[in-house]
Amino acid sequence: MTKINMKTSAVMLLAAGVLALPLLSSPVSAQNDPIASRKAVMKSVGGAMRDPGQMMRGQAPFDLAKVKASLETFVETSGKMSALYPKGSETGGETTASPKIWEAKADFDARLVKFGADAKEALASITDEASFKANFPKVGQNCGSCHEIYRIEKK
Amino acid sequence: MSKRQVLSALVAAMLCGAAGFWLLTAPAVWHMLRGQTAVAKVSAPRLENGQTLFWAGGCASCHATPDQDDRLRLGGGRALPTPFGTFRVPNLSSDKQDGIGAWSEQAFIRAMREGVSPDGRHYYPAFPFTSYALMGDQDLVDLLAFLKTLPAVPGRIADHDLAFPFSFRRGLGLWKWLNLGSGPYQTQTGQSESWNRGAYLVNGPGHCAECHSPRDVMGGIRTSLRLSGGPDPEGGAGYIPNLTSHDSGLAKWTAEDIAEFLKTGFTPDFDSAGGSMASVIKNMGYLGDADRMGIATYLKSLPPLASNKPAKKAP
Repeated sequence: MTKINMKTSAVMLLAAGVLALPLLSSPVSAQNDPIASRKAVMKSVGGAMRDPGQMMRGQAPFDLAKVKASLETFVETSGKMSALYPKGSETGGETTASPKIWEAKADFDARLVKFGADAKEALASITDEASFKANFPKVGQNCGSCHEIYRIEKK
Repeated sequence: MSKRQVLSALVAAMLCGAAGFWLLTAPAVWHMLRGQTAVAKVSAPRLENGQTLFWAGGCASCHATPDQDDRLRLGGGRALPTPFGTFRVPNLSSDKQDGIGAWSEQAFIRAMREGVSPDGRHYYPAFPFTSYALMGDQDLVDLLAFLKTLPAVPGRIADHDLAFPFSFRRGLGLWKWLNLGSGPYQTQTGQSESWNRGAYLVNGPGHCAECHSPRDVMGGIRTSLRLSGGPDPEGGAGYIPNLTSHDSGLAKWTAEDIAEFLKTGFTPDFDSAGGSMASVIKNMGYLGDADRMGIATYLKSLPPLASNKPAKKAP
């Protein structure tokens, strides 16, 4: 019985998520809906990872200005994220945020601070292609180590 | 037939049934018919290869002591909630009492290939021995030697907490006849060295199919849908992705994309893996480029299978 209820509510949540999709880019929903809002912020981090990521893979020529722009985005977004996981936003909207975030908010926040600090440090230490290749991976590793604990698979 | 004869016939049938069950589920019988009695002649342990297999096998992802950062501290204790109950991961450290420090090569090979403990009991397939069974003798000897170089962590882990009938360990003997193949990986002569290495790593130590495949009601992998994705076997609500070259899988990924993903955790869209896969990426990062490329080459060769993921219903 509980199982069926859970399934039904899961389907309803999925449906709600699908309905909410077109709203993702709307600034109004971003202000009122922390789930949509943090998805947009995560997307912007992923987007900023593209340029340096392609440079790391040798798929794009090294471009210091683009690297710095991406690092600035990381610094800025890492400071915004903690507030986007208020109590009450644990479920809904196809969120892939793990419930563990709310069980260990201090650790979660500390990881965001570290991400921002690593990006800031990289801004100072990256001056050319060699220092980029040496220092950038450390920034990117923050994504995986936080996602390992705090991100769950899509339904 | 007299009543007495009927009764004796019934008792005889019950005894035969009990004897049959005993035989079918005995670890020793499986071992006699399908197992390997002696360790093949192998060279002295090669620690570097053992280390590679340690990371390829993802041992740390389950056996590392939870809530600490040292992935070489294999005290066990992680709880795996599943539909069958909660499994508790045992101590794999070199501790002679509580870990595997005192294990012989033969005991380790039998555990990995037949899923049987040194004291002759079945292991539950939460320990992916159906995949590890593909590992060769030399590789297993190397892996055990490497494990024995890791720190000893004292502490025996409590037994699993499973619901009946799954709590009845002996019954696993029947499961094994259905789900456990025998013998190490056989090289496919028509395929490249890289492909063979990938096929071995994916299906053997890497045990990718254990999460990335749907399972039947008995918890066995549905062979015809192998690697096409499946519900999270570790109790999460998510769906583990399809690894075949179907549109619902890796069709749009190049082999280079897959190799890069295994190294850094970033998808071609620069999304970053989460959950258990992030832990797998940490392991895969220790492999060489050639091994990661082998995995990619093999995965790209898989025939496309549609994901069995339940469709999202339209509102």
